[in-house]
Amino acid sequence: MLTQANTQNIHDICHLDDLVINSGVCALVDGMQVAIFTVSTGQETLYFAISNWDPIGQANVLYRGIVGTLKEKIVVASPLYKEHYDLASGNCIERDDVKVQTFPVHIENDRVLIEI
Amino acid sequence: MNHSSQQHIVVIGNGMVGHHFVEQLVNSEYNCRITVLSGESRLAYDRVYLSSYFSGKTAEDLALTDEKTYQDWGVEAVTNAWVTDIDRDSKVVTTKDGNTYSYDKLVLATGSYPFVPPIPGNDQPHCLVYRTIEDLEAISASAQQSKIGVVVGGGLLGLEAANALKQAGLETHVVEFAPQLMAVQLDPMGGDLLKQKIEALGVTVHTQKATEVIEKGQHSRYRMKFADGSHLETDLVLFSAGIRPSDQLAKEFGLVIGERGGIVIDNQCKTSDNDIYAIGECALWEKRIYGLVAPGYAMARAAVADISGNEGAFTGADMSTKLKLMGVEVGSIGDAHVRTPGAQVYTYHDQPAGVYKKLVVDANRSLVLGAVLIGDTSDYDTLLQYSLNGIALPESPQALILPSSGDAPLLGADALGDTATICSCHNVSKGDIVGAIDGGCCSLGDVKSSTKASTGCGGCAALLKNIVDSELEKRGVEVSKAICEHFDFTRQELYHLIQVGGIKSFDELLEKHGTGLGCDICKPAAGSIFASVWNDYVLARQHQPLQDTNDTYLGNMQKDGTYSIVPRVAGGEITPDKLILLGEVAKKYNLYTKITGGQRIDLFGARVEQLPAIWQALVEGGFETGHAYAKALRTVKSCVGSTWCRYGVQDSVTKAIDLENRYKGLRAPHKIKFAVSGCTRECAEAQGKDIGVIATENGWNLYVCGNGGMKPRHADLFATDLDDETLVKYIDRVLMFYAKTADRLQRTSVWMENLEGGLDYLKSVVIDDALGICDELEAQMQLITDSYQCEWKTTIESPEALKRFRQFVNSDEKDSNIQFVSEREQIRPATNAEKYAAGKAIPVAIV
Ligand code: SRM
Ligand SMILES: Cc1cc2nc3c(=O)[nH]c(=O)nc-3n(C[C@H](O)[C@H](O)[C@H](O)COP(=O)(O)OP(=O)(O)OC[C@H]3O[C@@H](n4cnc5c(N)ncnc54)[C@H](O)[C@@H]3O)c2cc1C
Ligand code: SF4
Ligand code: FES
Repeated sequence: MLTQANTQNIHDICHLDDLVINSGVCALVDGMQVAIFTVSTGQETLYFAISNWDPIGQANVLYRGIVGTLKEKIVVASPLYKEHYDLASGNCIERDDVKVQTFPVHIENDRVLIEI
Repeated sequence: MNHSSQQHIVVIGNGMVGHHFVEQLVNSEYNCRITVLSGESRLAYDRVYLSSYFSGKTAEDLALTDEKTYQDWGVEAVTNAWVTDIDRDSKVVTTKDGNTYSYDKLVLATGSYPFVPPIPGNDQPHCLVYRTIEDLEAISASAQQSKIGVVVGGGLLGLEAANALKQAGLETHVVEFAPQLMAVQLDPMGGDLLKQKIEALGVTVHTQKATEVIEKGQHSRYRMKFADGSHLETDLVLFSAGIRPSDQLAKEFGLVIGERGGIVIDNQCKTSDNDIYAIGECALWEKRIYGLVAPGYAMARAAVADISGNEGAFTGADMSTKLKLMGVEVGSIGDAHVRTPGAQVYTYHDQPAGVYKKLVVDANRSLVLGAVLIGDTSDYDTLLQYSLNGIALPESPQALILPSSGDAPLLGADALGDTATICSCHNVSKGDIVGAIDGGCCSLGDVKSSTKASTGCGGCAALLKNIVDSELEKRGVEVSKAICEHFDFTRQELYHLIQVGGIKSFDELLEKHGTGLGCDICKPAAGSIFASVWNDYVLARQHQPLQDTNDTYLGNMQKDGTYSIVPRVAGGEITPDKLILLGEVAKKYNLYTKITGGQRIDLFGARVEQLPAIWQALVEGGFETGHAYAKALRTVKSCVGSTWCRYGVQDSVTKAIDLENRYKGLRAPHKIKFAVSGCTRECAEAQGKDIGVIATENGWNLYVCGNGGMKPRHADLFATDLDDETLVKYIDRVLMFYAKTADRLQRTSVWMENLEGGLDYLKSVVIDDALGICDELEAQMQLITDSYQCEWKTTIESPEALKRFRQFVNSDEKDSNIQFVSEREQIRPATNAEKYAAGKAIPVAIV
């Protein structure tokens, strides 16, 4: 549950049905492009949000990448040059020095909320 | 923590070497307090990759560390802390703001600064240098107001700077005082060849020019006057005429300095003051300054060892270099100038190909002393290993630089001893790599992160991979042929499992035969197999997350995230009405229009949300998708053939159209291209295609497994004088057999090269039905052709599928980073510089 104190940073984005299982969509939040991914592990459904900007390909495309796992990490592959980003931490798997921002996702009453 | 018992180490300068020192000292776990005084406004960044700033990297991308990391390490880091005073008696340094720091040990890592020759006029605006991020910002800004740029200095850095100016769109010149380029690393012959190559790329090189004055120009901003009376007009002057050690502090406060500058150090990197060390480009060791990172890192390690009471010394470093300048490969090893008495030389020069190689060996012809390589540096790693590790040369040393005739003595990973240095940036020996593998690393990636090998300049990458592969194989680790970590199968095995098991979804496949959640390798491969076997609609809900973005959005993603649109134009035949429609659509949506190499028309620059409307218009006008985005049949090229051509013997256009319509939509391990020529003159270039058909008086000759692209291969003649029906039958069988048995992303040419038994085997399978599968192959192809649907037509009719074609789920805004400018009356993506200039650069979050 969300506490009163930080609700002002929470943005109501869309209905749960607008998300695509095992894939991504993009939202414009406060002028910022945020890629939201839904990953089903068979047991549970996980939600992730990261910045949509591909820092290597230099374009707003990450939501169009393929999601999957590498070792234990849940990742998305950039559709431009195929680097992988850990959806939980934003770290680029191939490049230590590259990282994208991550944001908390909350699901409440079938609405998707992003915290920025 | 008790500070008083701890040594306080103060480091002046937070360049690459200063940072490496801090990192090594922290890793050594020596009990001390560290303070870093950075003269720049930011912490250490990667100067070696500085030029990538011009190809879009930001200061954040180049950063080697950040405040948080230093905090976590317990290191106090101060930026804008230019040190102006060292009191060696009371051991205190003072910064320009008057802050003081007392030290137990002081480390000078002040680097160097660019040398600007004392030419009158060198201090005007737009006269710049190339060393820091701020320098690059200034160059960027100046380039926007300039047409012509001149780099003064034709050394390694000068040429890198010239490349940057050229990328910024300037007419670029290099002015060099010496008679040749890169005089430090190359011999005159090599320098000459490099000059030719660079000039061929559009950069003008002026050697033996001494600039006397930079004055106001007549056509451009400035005019540079040379000693020989000639002149050159330019808007921007970039000095890259060498570096000078930043030794002012040391000099002023009484440390011993070399005759021509540089802080004198011993093997422990100590200066003439027992408590002060100097490392990196400011240090002078045995009368030498080392202008590369690897030696600086080695000095940092030696200083850390000494401070923490360990063994370790700096005993010189190798200055060999390999680089790619504007796409030209250049390598220089050791004694490139043949200075060793008695040294002998082998040279190889292939003028037409622009390749020059020189090998310098000792008098006994048993050791490599040096080498120069231009145009082809593939021998660099091997030669460097011979030279660094004193490996005895084979009988005929010249074989090392001759083009591989197949019997060149390859220096396998096994020939290297355990002490051989593999990565000089991070001082990793072969023994360290073997140790890492023994310690449990079982992939190249593991070894890289455990030893740091190959994470500096990257020059050792190929050799590292060699050693890792060879060591893993020795330990019986099969260098796996599995498609990826989720399936322990080859593509061919997966195909079989899917077909025989009647598997129709990725989840089912994963559950029965895989682990994890899949990835960008196995998902598209499985998607392609589902399409080859069942030919479902590729965006059917269960297949959608499997597709590469190109297949998901049924277009090719371009560099800025927009898509291209390539409708099918079977055989290259198009009616005027359809041409007009293409023109109208392109105009309405302001798309860039180009004739492709595949006889059709590509419309570029469509935003994801525009795709459905554009395709709606095209489908209504009778177009279908051209599958330019898919690993599938692309085009069937045709020549005009007997209908019009006076030499044609068959109607190649009709044949091409029929074939294209038969096989369109066929998904395969890689793309497939056909061509049909109307006679032996072969105007359609059918012998360069996966399937080539050439008309004869009696029918058709069929060629298979040709390829253009990266490694061209002529197609093999498969069967002659075929009638229409047999032609199609054979093509059905060849393609289906390919789709079934090839590896992921293997074109027919590579598949054929790897097919045991080769062409004869393929003939026996397809013509003689040696495996008894021809009926099955044909039936499979029939299923595919019968179930063809235009994916775009299906998509625009499905509200569910259309939902994906939007940039934002919650807004109708457009992606503000997609910006175009106009060139030759059409759009093209704006460059970063253009976006900045227009003030339209979007703020993006970077962590
Ligand atoms: C548009 C086009 C260039 C043009 O403006 O003419 C083109 C553009 C691309 N080609 Fe090509 N190729 C185009 C004709 C060719 C040809 C000529 C031909 O088909 O006759 C060849 C050599 C013939 C051949 O394939 O054997 C060709 C050999 C390649 C290769 C190298 C393949 C190889 O086996 O070595 C690649 C890379 C790959 O596929 O892995 C490639 C990849 C690409 C990609 C997909 C690269 C990418 O991932 O962005 C380009 C995107 C297409 C787009 O955005 O629409 N393209 N490409 C041509 C589209 C033809 C069409 O109508 O569909
Ligand atoms: C464009 C470019 C490309 C290069 N490419 C390569 C390459 O491919 N391979 C390679 O090996 N090398 C390359 N180099 C060289 C490499 O970058 C240097 O060898 C390396 O950066 C040296 O590190 P350093 O720490 O000694 O000096 P620097 O990186 O110069 O750092 C010194 C720092 O000390 C600061 N400083 C100086 N005086 C003071 C003071 N009084 N108080 C406080 N701070 C002070 C400076 O501001 C600077 O930040 C390249 C250099 C450039 C410019
Ligand atoms: S290949 Fe033959 S028919 Fe086709 S254009 Fe050339 S000459 Fe004419
Ligand atoms: S030699 Fe530079 S990274 Fe290995």
